[in-house]
Amino acid sequence: MFYREAGDFKTSYTDDSQTFPIKFDRYRYYAVLVAAFAVVPLVIDDYWVNAVFLPFLIYAIAAIGLNILVGYCGQVSLGTGGFMAVGAYAVYKLMTSFPEVSIFFHVILAGGITAAVCVLFGLPSLRIKGFYLAVATLAAQFFLVWLFNRVPWFYNYSASGQISAPERTIAGVPITGAETAPWAAYLFCLVFVTASALIARNLTRGMAGRKWMAIRDMDIAAEIIGVNPLKAKLSAFAVSGFFVGISGALFFAVYLGAVEVGEAFGINKSFLVLFMVIIGGLGSIFGSFAGAAFLVLLPVLLKNTLVGTLGWPTDLAAHLELMIVGSLIIVFLVAEPHGLAQLWRVAKEKLRLWPFPH
Amino acid sequence: MKDMDAEGYTTEDGRKIGGVLMEMRNITLRFGGVVAIEDISFDIREGEIRAIIGPNGAGKSSMLNVISGFYNPQEGEVWYKGAKRPHMKPYQVAQQGIARTFQNIALFEGMTVLDNVMTGRIRQMSAGMFAQALWKGRAEAEETENRAAVEKVIDFLEIQHIRKTPVGRLPYGLKKRVELARALAAEPSILLLDEPMAGMNVEEKEDMSRFILDVNDEFGTTIALIEHDMGVVMDLSDRVVVMDYGKKIGDGSPDEVRKNQAVIDAYLGVAHD
Repeated sequence: MFYREAGDFKTSYTDDSQTFPIKFDRYRYYAVLVAAFAVVPLVIDDYWVNAVFLPFLIYAIAAIGLNILVGYCGQVSLGTGGFMAVGAYAVYKLMTSFPEVSIFFHVILAGGITAAVCVLFGLPSLRIKGFYLAVATLAAQFFLVWLFNRVPWFYNYSASGQISAPERTIAGVPITGAETAPWAAYLFCLVFVTASALIARNLTRGMAGRKWMAIRDMDIAAEIIGVNPLKAKLSAFAVSGFFVGISGALFFAVYLGAVEVGEAFGINKSFLVLFMVIIGGLGSIFGSFAGAAFLVLLPVLLKNTLVGTLGWPTDLAAHLELMIVGSLIIVFLVAEPHGLAQLWRVAKEKLRLWPFPH
Repeated sequence: MKDMDAEGYTTEDGRKIGGVLMEMRNITLRFGGVVAIEDISFDIREGEIRAIIGPNGAGKSSMLNVISGFYNPQEGEVWYKGAKRPHMKPYQVAQQGIARTFQNIALFEGMTVLDNVMTGRIRQMSAGMFAQALWKGRAEAEETENRAAVEKVIDFLEIQHIRKTPVGRLPYGLKKRVELARALAAEPSILLLDEPMAGMNVEEKEDMSRFILDVNDEFGTTIALIEHDMGVVMDLSDRVVVMDYGKKIGDGSPDEVRKNQAVIDAYLGVAHD
């Protein structure tokens, strides 16, 4: 009843092409923003930040990045873990080499560096597609992890081979290190998530996004109507790398604090982010959030229900959790191959007509 | 033969046709040992509707692919707007103002009709990545201006009602029209149509013919088309090139071509005695 566009006339093309054409959606979006920025930081504690919010926000950035590459441009990548590692090591080197510069710029720069590396590993996409490209990016995953393990310069010759984030502050408030307050880490990541989502949305609704989608849907036709395939594919790799690099930098510096590359950024990570994108919905920004939420929140929720409410032993719950999450993924993909974003779209479509069936 | 000179000629229905816009000079295209096009020359004049016809496998589509830069002929030259065209990639040809449609529809199925038609405006949109990321300045202005241009094409081809529908959900006839819209949105100097009426019923063919004539009439667009339906070709086109087995066997007005013995033989077959 309240959710419809009737009576809400668009009088300009700018109005017509906005992200949330329905008024209710627009207000809901503002409400979420206000809640995320003004309410959540006041009420969260250490557990919520570390178990739920930080991983959700950081994986959401990675999922947005990968979604641009896989969902919008159609170039399958299995190198996400490796590219996140590039972001982490870039931010580490920057933090230790230029301690006087704000970490905010370090994270952005780390994204830029990852973008460059990602473009480099994207070069094979000009000649190969599909599964073969996936295998080529798999090489990036293994090569990058190997590189960060074997070249001591990257971890500043530390004895353990690990990198750990030194304490950095913004306006006197610690963002990294042991002293960090939960709300500060949360807000820092939230700023990056919001900016990433806005940038990704702007790019995908404009000409850049159309070029990517044209390449995804039919690359030969795209070239014949004037899309330069080289530029389109490499720009997708660059933008994707930028976001994945930022998420890797935050994952290391703000979330974990200390990282061993093979453990934190192994092939598992690549698959995890790819699953988020597939379950959330290929080619949808909202889907990236939904997928990240699904795979981050579900295990936490299950653990709390099984151990906390039902009082099962922890080890049994841990195994069951894996099985339940796995089978839920299958159920979801069978029920809706286009992901949570499609379910959401169908629900909104139904809501627009409610209470009538057609 | 019509009186033809450097300035052009006047058609039977009184339209003025201009000078040579594109000229194919002695084009030969081979795939390994197969000769797809053998030593063919013809020109396309400004404002005319030029048809390329011929039986199956005559090399018509190959010819169109040579024009749009998809194939590079082993021999011969393509002259465009008075200059010899160097070796080019298809997207560079598109940026020169040559748009086309395909025999088997080549739309972007996952995108809406509007987005598909907007991709046709690539030539006119040049905002940088950063401006687009912020959706400010040049990027935003460009988006609005080009949307207005695209809406004109959408109006013209009467596809307003499916503007926001994903192309994958449309029926065949509408897809053909959307593809024409995408090509038209580019405001091309030459519009190449590869069998625009393939697989259509009579009514849809009539619609499409009307659109082609209107495009030529209203925008003055030069059109080169391949078509199998002889009735349509003879009605629509100003001049016709006839190909058979990769060779040119006829060239001229529809009437001339109809009377050409070589053309009759190619289409109806020759009695061997």
